[in-house]
Amino acid sequence: MASDQREQAISGQNSRPANGAAAPAVNRPLGLLAELTHRCPLGCPYCSNPLALDARGRELDTQTWARVFKEAATFGVLQVHLSGGEPAARRDLVEITAAAHSSGLYTNLITSAVGISASTLEKLVTAGLDHVQISIQDSEPGSADKIANYAGAFAHKTALANRLVAMKIPLTVNCVVHRGNIDRIAAMVELAVSLGASRVEIAHVQYYGWALRNRDALMPTSDQVARAVKAVEELRNSYHGKIVIDAVLPDYYARFPKPCVGGWGRRSLNVTPAGKVLPCHAAEVIPNLEFWHVQDHSLADIWTNSPAFKAFRGTAWMKEPCRSCERRDVDHGGCRCQAFMLTGDAAAADPVCHLSPHHADVVALAARQRDVSYSYRLNPRKADSDAPVG
Amino acid sequence: MTEAAAVPLDARPRLPHGVRLVHTEAHGGWVLLAPERVFKADAIAAEIVKRCNGQTTVTVIVDDLAQAYSAPRDRVLADVSALLRQLADRRLMEL
Repeated sequence: MASDQREQAISGQNSRPANGAAAPAVNRPLGLLAELTHRCPLGCPYCSNPLALDARGRELDTQTWARVFKEAATFGVLQVHLSGGEPAARRDLVEITAAAHSSGLYTNLITSAVGISASTLEKLVTAGLDHVQISIQDSEPGSADKIANYAGAFAHKTALANRLVAMKIPLTVNCVVHRGNIDRIAAMVELAVSLGASRVEIAHVQYYGWALRNRDALMPTSDQVARAVKAVEELRNSYHGKIVIDAVLPDYYARFPKPCVGGWGRRSLNVTPAGKVLPCHAAEVIPNLEFWHVQDHSLADIWTNSPAFKAFRGTAWMKEPCRSCERRDVDHGGCRCQAFMLTGDAAAADPVCHLSPHHADVVALAARQRDVSYSYRLNPRKADSDAPVG
Repeated sequence: MTEAAAVPLDARPRLPHGVRLVHTEAHGGWVLLAPERVFKADAIAAEIVKRCNGQTTVTVIVDDLAQAYSAPRDRVLADVSALLRQLADRRLMEL
């Protein structure tokens, strides 16, 4: 899952540091996460989608997505991440991709690889697809399929990766790690290298949506996290220049919070399958936020004026310890959703931060592991056929 | 990390598939779009990257820039090498 829209600086002047903090504040979005559907053949226990999924009958149609992409590109968005659910569950994925490309957006497909045949891939590439991110659940096929709750999922991933590399489409492998597979980070990175990926993301499970239900079953131990940090460091050295490894410390073990989505309403936005526009994909957990829909407002209007986007933009909403913190413009107070879920106050410091008065609660949660079976989410495709459409 | 390897002067750098340089009014300048990442490029970086077409050698790029900007060749070479090495390490340039 692409949770952050990363932005760094490169300089042609050797004498000046790159990645400088001197880069001007960007106040228009760079990235749009387009959740085309909540339907997905997999049933991962850490699914980050909300507990209440949008039904198929409420999904935006092709033309509306095309309009949203045009508005996004005009407003300054550079990259679109076609996501879900599984985006291939949409029969119009090729048309949607073509619309994004013709708007001038860099198109990134985030997929489980299930449901993308060789001929679909060819059409997607012809439509202008720039990059693909494939999630893998583990380096061992049996375990991977068990985590995904889908027999044969792993084989789909390697097959799609091979086709992508043959077609010279750049590939990122996204490894979602948790207690059940964190000890195999090296094997997962080696798998990504052998598949021909140019980039690998070590994404620790984040406890939102469905994942929160399985927190005790997924939480790594502190020993595992320490070993993982060391493993990543070694892998970065041995694969320097061969594969880009993006990894961060898992939230609950960090001293400072992540700069969630690069700051609220600052870098990226998210459109749900039914057209609701969110500052981040979990934002709906925060009560009393007023979200606007693409059916009612232009994307620029929503970004600039909708109450949900204005709620936590900038620093005026902050309380102590964030308000006077020298890192307030670095991590932006961390994650608003996590602050709400763990402290009951969405304007509190993210309790992952060691300066938060609630930090001890996070430390206690990180120490809580129970070997219980995963609670799998009901396959939304099946759920759909049982539910009235409309 | 070991000392960065030097960039060969006869290399013909090119942007890999999935990486491109675009100018964006909304963000006030040049950016390098890459898989799930965006890099703001300053004017000099953009001038260097624009010349990386897979056909032109580093030597020719440096000569061209030194002439175009009336800059000392040594300095241009240092800037170009440093940028290309940095980009290649991040899989943003093929040498």
